[in-house]
Amino acid sequence: MIRIIIAIVALLPFAVGSPFLVNLAMLTAVSAFLGQCWNISGGFGGLTSFGHAAFFGIGAYVVAILQIRFGLSPWLGLPAAFLLGGGVGLAIGFASFRAGLRGSYFALVTLAFAEVFRVLANSLDITGAGLGMQIRRQPGLITFQFVDGRLIYAAALALLALATLCAWHLRRSRFGAQLAAVRESEDAAAALGIGVVRTKSLALGLSGGLTALGGVLYAQTYLYIDPSIAFGSARSVEMLLVAMIGGAGTIWGPLLGALVLHVIADGARVFIDTPGAAPMLYGVLLLVVIWLLPGGIASLKLRRAHA
Amino acid sequence: MPGFDIAAASLVGGLLTGGVYALVALGLTLIYGVLHIVNFAHGALLMVGMFAAYVLAARFGIDPFLAVPLVAAFMFCLGWALYRFVIGRVSRGEDRAMLLATLGVAVVLDNAALVIFTGDTRTIETPLTFAVLEVGPLLLPVGKLVACGMALLMAGLLWAFMARTGTGRAIRAVAREPEGARLVGIRPDRMFALAYGIGVACLGAAACLLLPSFYVSPSVGENFVLIAFTIVVLGGMGSFPGAVVGGLLVGVAESLGGLFLGESLGPITISLMFILVLLLRPTGLFGVAR
Amino acid sequence: MTRVYSESKVKHLTRRGALGAGLAALAAPAVLRAETAPIKLGLIHPVTGALAFSGSQCRAGAQAAIADINAAGGIASMGGAKVEAMLGDAQGRPEIAASLVDQMAEGGAHAFVGCFASALGLAATQAAAKYNLPFSIDSGLVDSLTTRGLGNVFRLFPNASSVSADAMTALDTINKKAGSPAKSAVIVHEDSEFGTSSAKLTAAVLPKIGIEVKELIAHATPTRDFTNVALRIKSEKPDLVIISDYQNEYVLLARTLVQQRVDLVGTYSVAGGGFNLKFAKEQPTIAEGMMDFNHWYAPKNPRGIAFRKRIEDAGLTLTWEILFGYFAVQLLADGWSRAGSAGKEPTIAALNSSTFADHWMPYGPTKFTNGQNSGAHAVALQIQGGDMHVVWPDSFADTPAIFPRAKT
Repeated sequence: MIRIIIAIVALLPFAVGSPFLVNLAMLTAVSAFLGQCWNISGGFGGLTSFGHAAFFGIGAYVVAILQIRFGLSPWLGLPAAFLLGGGVGLAIGFASFRAGLRGSYFALVTLAFAEVFRVLANSLDITGAGLGMQIRRQPGLITFQFVDGRLIYAAALALLALATLCAWHLRRSRFGAQLAAVRESEDAAAALGIGVVRTKSLALGLSGGLTALGGVLYAQTYLYIDPSIAFGSARSVEMLLVAMIGGAGTIWGPLLGALVLHVIADGARVFIDTPGAAPMLYGVLLLVVIWLLPGGIASLKLRRAHA
Repeated sequence: MPGFDIAAASLVGGLLTGGVYALVALGLTLIYGVLHIVNFAHGALLMVGMFAAYVLAARFGIDPFLAVPLVAAFMFCLGWALYRFVIGRVSRGEDRAMLLATLGVAVVLDNAALVIFTGDTRTIETPLTFAVLEVGPLLLPVGKLVACGMALLMAGLLWAFMARTGTGRAIRAVAREPEGARLVGIRPDRMFALAYGIGVACLGAAACLLLPSFYVSPSVGENFVLIAFTIVVLGGMGSFPGAVVGGLLVGVAESLGGLFLGESLGPITISLMFILVLLLRPTGLFGVAR
Repeated sequence: MTRVYSESKVKHLTRRGALGAGLAALAAPAVLRAETAPIKLGLIHPVTGALAFSGSQCRAGAQAAIADINAAGGIASMGGAKVEAMLGDAQGRPEIAASLVDQMAEGGAHAFVGCFASALGLAATQAAAKYNLPFSIDSGLVDSLTTRGLGNVFRLFPNASSVSADAMTALDTINKKAGSPAKSAVIVHEDSEFGTSSAKLTAAVLPKIGIEVKELIAHATPTRDFTNVALRIKSEKPDLVIISDYQNEYVLLARTLVQQRVDLVGTYSVAGGGFNLKFAKEQPTIAEGMMDFNHWYAPKNPRGIAFRKRIEDAGLTLTWEILFGYFAVQLLADGWSRAGSAGKEPTIAALNSSTFADHWMPYGPTKFTNGQNSGAHAVALQIQGGDMHVVWPDSFADTPAIFPRAKT
């Protein structure tokens, strides 16, 4: 049932014919996608990261560099971003988990990694340093630049579907079961012969690779990136909020989280003009949601189901 | 390549700046040591403290250095109330929810400041703004020297409070064994609120000492959040001497990093140091394995 | 009129989009419906987040212009049509700036003004290009805002390369007139798009006007402590320090230079973020004698003087952002007047051929080439006696430059 409702809600913007609505739907889908990426490692794996912007930024810069520096097709950016984002995720995971970092220690180390990437992007020549990178505007299918918002929305939906499929698969696959075992008790998992470091690193790698795809879509949509747009901590925080508010470790959580947070944020923005008042209201509502739904929005449904 | 005299001056400058950083980190390490959460509202609360000091200076002509007790008292009440009525309530003491709650509080505070004070950057000129102590070729800003001294003093006071007083011991008991503490009649939520209040009060003092040599705007806190996290991890989460030594180290690393790598790439030294410490010695320099 | 704009009126007119308008139309008597339809103008600025101050200033300027236009009876050639503001907060995020364009276009916006920052401007102008709606840029130094072939984008104000070029001409004139006391310089700049591009352009020109560039110092935003930078400058012993910084770092750097007793002939910033009247008031010791090349009104023009008084009476600080917001709107209004319509094609055509001269910026009539006004120039400013004065070009200057600066 919920799947049908979600499908209808997701397809509705195509029918209404309002660019604004399509655009809001696109932003929501992107948020949901990024939240789902975070959820794969953060929810299913219990690896709370504050630094997912690192992967987003890598994706954005990879596609920009491929085009601007090497004249290659932005479509190549998708696999390249996935591989590089995934590789960096694996590497960060391997280094951190081998050192035994968990909980807030792991969270803080990811924050620091994202900051390292931001500073590097701000200093290196290949990333254009502080000037950022501007991709030449040439709308078209070959150049992966869409003027029609519906196409961008479709691309965002495709990414969201991909990430959700991954999450869904995690729930039923052997790897997913291992990841869940590690999340619940590392010692027990190790005793069962599960490679704890390997499992957690792979989860972060998968999450990182997918997140990088979001960066590609961003760069191809707005055609300009700079170090703080790409690697700024606001993006990490948004990803974690979407997943946690929606319900970390559930398949539909990030979708619900993105929907609710966007309704609150965009609603507040449309109806309040005093600078600061809208985000302030957003913060208050955030606290209310955390208070009322400690397990995330998805817990509403679960509780129903159990009752 | 910068010469020796500049490097020496930069080292001293880094130590002074590090003293101020330590002050910002003291409150954070206390909160982490007791509540075991990363306080995302730390930057926002620092900003509130700075605006409090600014209002006292601009409206009532009170020198920020003299306003330390006033602002610290105000910030204690604010921190205590925030935990008692918002963070504690909303999270029900659950770690992940508490993290989100501090994030929510930060969003509210940042934007409340924007509504009240607008996004404008404000500065003040005090008699100490240009006062410098001449030591050989070095010109040491008096304001920073005072801040540095205060950081040491406060670290000592906090340590004495936690180690020597009944309340301090109760807070430590709760931090280690909430259930056990409850059995001997200590109410954990009260102790948590108290610890949060004290941590925020430290931040109030830091705010007063920082204002004369810095500026204040609703987003000023962001400048110090990552630094404070780094110091706390470096020194060992929950350790006061660790926060002081960590602060000084970070100050020096930033200063020398800026000098030798350039002020653009320089900040990377802080993050790299942070990562290396976490990977090689996660308990920090003065931390105890948990 | 003492208030800058009527808050309640602007509020009342702004939002609740088509639904609100529809309800109002049903409820209002027929007489009102016969009145000329208002022109809807989308104002997109970052009024929260790190850029909140500048964004709010731009918005305030734009709202002041709308108030003026309406108080003068609206657009005469359109039967006195009034201008309605639609307010949008871009929060410093390009994706939101672009989203606001869609939202406002759907709400019936005829044109846009925005977005202070270049990154926001790039996203918003290309979103507006989808609808071919006129977009009047009220900052965004970066040249490419108008050079990437978007026909709907207009900038009344000078772009980055023109500001840098003029800044060097001004410096050269002032320096030569004083007997060339400045022979060397250190350039300090923040390392993002604005500071880097400005520093590069400056460094290329300085040797040609007889000033040796001893060093280029880039620093991150935020930089919390400028002692290192001051020490490096001190060891280079330059005559000049040339600065391209945002507000916060500008103030910290200026303070540290004084604190570390760096002896200079002068400081000269190119679009220095922190150089404004509030800085002059809050930090009188530091600010005295500092020079900046920036956007400002023609100081001897009575309308400019009256405008400044009005802004200050409303409790605001007049900064160039307010002027930009104000004239970005006036430019569009002039286009509507000439076209006799707020339709997008007529307005764009009118703007392209416009010779807008009814302003008190130090510019001549407008002349647009690919959306960039080629007649616009910034001016050299100096803080003297706690106030800001134009010291170059001579045709607009209200006082001569004090160069070398007085010793403190």
